[in-house]
Amino acid sequence: MERIPILRMGDLLLVTIQVDMHDQLALALQDDLTEKIRATSARGVLIDISALDIVDSFIGRMIATISALSRIMDATTVVVGMQPAVAITLVELGLNLTGVRTALNVERGMALLQRTDDES
Amino acid sequence: MKANSGSQPVRIEQDVVLARQTVRQIAVACGLRLVDQTKLVTAASELARNTVIYGGGGEMHWETLEQGLRRGVRLVFVDQGPGIPDIEQALTDGWTSGTGMGLGLSGSRRLVDQFELESAPGEGTRIAITKWT
Repeated sequence: MERIPILRMGDLLLVTIQVDMHDQLALALQDDLTEKIRATSARGVLIDISALDIVDSFIGRMIATISALSRIMDATTVVVGMQPAVAITLVELGLNLTGVRTALNVERGMALLQRTDDES
Repeated sequence: MKANSGSQPVRIEQDVVLARQTVRQIAVACGLRLVDQTKLVTAASELARNTVIYGGGGEMHWETLEQGLRRGVRLVFVDQGPGIPDIEQALTDGWTSGTGMGLGLSGSRRLVDQFELESAPGEGTRIAITKWT
């Protein structure tokens, strides 16, 4: 089965979603990420969605779930690179991704994760 | 764009992805601006998923419209599933008969300019949405 790659960099995990995900693929990513957090004791997860040209309620829910799961597993998730049109649509759809940390781009996302790790 | 109408099956999960791609192409060809393309594709994604999950599969019909200087895209999702017993309830934010978030129907209605829903128990569901330039 097709999978979204998860890269490890120090104690961070990096995910770049570059395909138009069908629902099973999104669910597989959720499972793979939690397993990888456990296996690598990662402290942070950075998910780059700059290549996604839509986020619907299913993908939005996956992002919120990953964020909540990682928090329970003592890791911080940051979602970066959301396109402005996607952000506008998400809010109008009624999804405000409460509790999900976001950053404008990969660089600011990484800075946020490092800061969070220093504080803890 | 040669054809100004067409249809495709929405039966399995992968068809939801294909429906999104078709709608994006039509929306671009029709001249919708980026934010409106994104809203229409997102609404189509929600409705196509509902067709698969709740309607047991169906079809998406699409056509481009012209009204004076305006152009538009109209999408119709049809299934022969169990239908929606209480339409008003189904259109309420947060209400779901399944395991979703209950934003699909109510949310997609907010993303488009026109939204028509016809459904009766045992007679399937037909949802038409239109987005104008």
